[in-house]
Amino acid sequence: MTSYLARRAGQMVLTLFLIVTLTFFLVQAQPGDYATFYSLNPDIPAEAREQIKASFGLDKPLWQQYLVHMKNTFTGNFGVSFGHYPRPVMEVLAERLPRTVVLFLSATAVSFYVGFFLGKAIAWRRGGVLEYAATISGATLFTAFTPAFALMMIWIFAFKLGWLPVGKFLDPLIWRGAEVSANHVFSYMLATAAVFIAFAFLTLLAARKLGRLGTGRMPFLVIAGGAAVIPIVWAFTGVGYLALDILRHMILPIATLTLISFAGTMLLTRNSMLETMREDYVMAARAKGLPEKVVRDRHAARNALLPVITSLVYSLIFAIDGSVIIEGVFSWPGTGMTLLEAVRSEDLPLVMGSMVFIGLFSLLAHVIVDVLYVYLDPRIRYQ
Amino acid sequence: MIERPPNQPPPAGEGVSLFGDAPEIDLSRGRVDLTLVRLRMAWRTLRDGWAVFVESRIGVLSLAIIAVFALMAFSHPILMATVWEPDVYDPVTGYAFDRFDHPAPPNWRHPLGTDSLGRDILSQLLFSAKSEFILGITAALVTVGIATTVGAVAAYYGGLVDSLLMRLADLIIALPGISLLIVLSALFNLNLFYLALIIGVLGGFGGTAIILKSQALSIRVKPYIEAARAAGGSHFHVIFVHIIPNLLPLSLLYMMFTVTGAIFAEAVLSFLGLLDIRMSWGIMIHTANVGGYLLSGANYWWLVIPAGASITLLCSAFYLVGRALDEVVNPRLRRHDG
Repeated sequence: MTSYLARRAGQMVLTLFLIVTLTFFLVQAQPGDYATFYSLNPDIPAEAREQIKASFGLDKPLWQQYLVHMKNTFTGNFGVSFGHYPRPVMEVLAERLPRTVVLFLSATAVSFYVGFFLGKAIAWRRGGVLEYAATISGATLFTAFTPAFALMMIWIFAFKLGWLPVGKFLDPLIWRGAEVSANHVFSYMLATAAVFIAFAFLTLLAARKLGRLGTGRMPFLVIAGGAAVIPIVWAFTGVGYLALDILRHMILPIATLTLISFAGTMLLTRNSMLETMREDYVMAARAKGLPEKVVRDRHAARNALLPVITSLVYSLIFAIDGSVIIEGVFSWPGTGMTLLEAVRSEDLPLVMGSMVFIGLFSLLAHVIVDVLYVYLDPRIRYQ
Repeated sequence: MIERPPNQPPPAGEGVSLFGDAPEIDLSRGRVDLTLVRLRMAWRTLRDGWAVFVESRIGVLSLAIIAVFALMAFSHPILMATVWEPDVYDPVTGYAFDRFDHPAPPNWRHPLGTDSLGRDILSQLLFSAKSEFILGITAALVTVGIATTVGAVAAYYGGLVDSLLMRLADLIIALPGISLLIVLSALFNLNLFYLALIIGVLGGFGGTAIILKSQALSIRVKPYIEAARAAGGSHFHVIFVHIIPNLLPLSLLYMMFTVTGAIFAEAVLSFLGLLDIRMSWGIMIHTANVGGYLLSGANYWWLVIPAGASITLLCSAFYLVGRALDEVVNPRLRRHDG
């Protein structure tokens, strides 16, 4: 296991190296010069200009620039953003990365669960109304023009019905008198979510260890109790209304991203289930007289899960791209929107920085899926 | 095939016998027969495949949708040449002089209304259909051309070639395509052709190559490959005559998915205003969005719904045709055996 992980980590570093190289040479290959972008910006004072030039080695030949760029990137120095001058790129991205991660992780988790659930249901009852409805609506959502669909969601839920805010990360009117920063509250929210997930996981683990006592509704009641404690604790901190405001802004982007990405998992699960359902062990399970639900969930669906996990890489990349678009439309200030903003204002250091971060993000997702697959399938050994 | 005695030169020409009374050996006729047999077999495969394809109603419906869009693409130049005067109906530079309230709602002269710049929406819609087809088909052909060759070569040679090509594919899969295209559009002027080429190359060396390689691996171990090698076929001959033709059904399937991806990517980039394209469905929505008409909902529906629905319909039609083809190519997904 350790050697497998070490090799995967090595591959990841190599791939990241290639991505950084690619972005560097793409920027070099564009018409115009990277150096002039810095020196022509009138906002940058002369001394700072010289300092930046030296730190990037912009007066040296290309291969030396490349080496310096490589060193700077891997030590976390992406330079200074033009659009957010004088903040370093790293600081801008560090502030925005958690927001993207939350948006992406929650949407992926929900869409994977929904997709898997629907996929096994429509494979089990082939040819029913549900199959046609789910396939057509799923494929339509999957191929729906994401920006237009997101705008439609905004129009329905934020504009017409007025249930949710139109976009952005928070409502300035509510935050006007607040003494804490948004990132401060958001990091506490993240901590709460992490604690809750750990609590739910431990409860389920304990329920399994307890045997008969832990079956039935008991563990779910405990988890629900834990969930009920969270709002009470937040109410005492005094910033609960601020957290609620951020939460309200999160709902619509996450729901939209979920809706556009669940169909991929659903259609894959359907195909995988159709293949699994022909296996002998499914017939054996039926012949034993097990209830249909047990045959479906315990015998067929668990084995059908493996190919779906393999293809999860594709849906993860799809969701990362989707979150870039969604962030742009909802003005959700994450990495994706940073990339779009930077591209529009030709903020090259920020473009390179966010591209590297998005690449790193998808690489991490890729590796996690690989490790998960090896963990789920005992037939695969770590080599 | 016709047996030829060993150590003898082949017959010099048609009807010329080297052995006096020996029966005439007509090589070319044998060839023609073989071609006929092959054609007949291909026809039968096609017919059987079509029978399976027709069974999926969604697939047939999607094919019909694609046909309608193709008709739309063909109708635009005809309409421009006959009924529509270019000053009014040109998709980019036209201006509807007969109305003053742009964006004008649908009326008799403009069946889908006009946009905020006074241009006819239907004309834009039909004009864009053509460029979407050009984009999608170019990207799909490039993808499948590269992916089939890469897959076959990697499976056939194995070893270093295989690992190099597959690591490259892994790298490309890990890259988020739309984000990369956004970065590229910031640095270079992307037009339709370059966009198709980039999408095609990324797809061809990426995921599609891996899938086609796994199929090529199962073809590589078939006895007829060994037979072809034993009969003296070169590597080139084996790859291009024996492996690639057997990969083509699966390639066709992935062409469909590439078309979906290409049209989608173009629409997103156009919507963000990052492409150097005269007119497309994405640009139509971009124009409406920039003018602030999108959040007025149903009041200005003709600015958004035709273009948005076209993108969704054409993308999902290609995707669902791909799904239906999947059932033809992969017998394990079929409802009945056979």
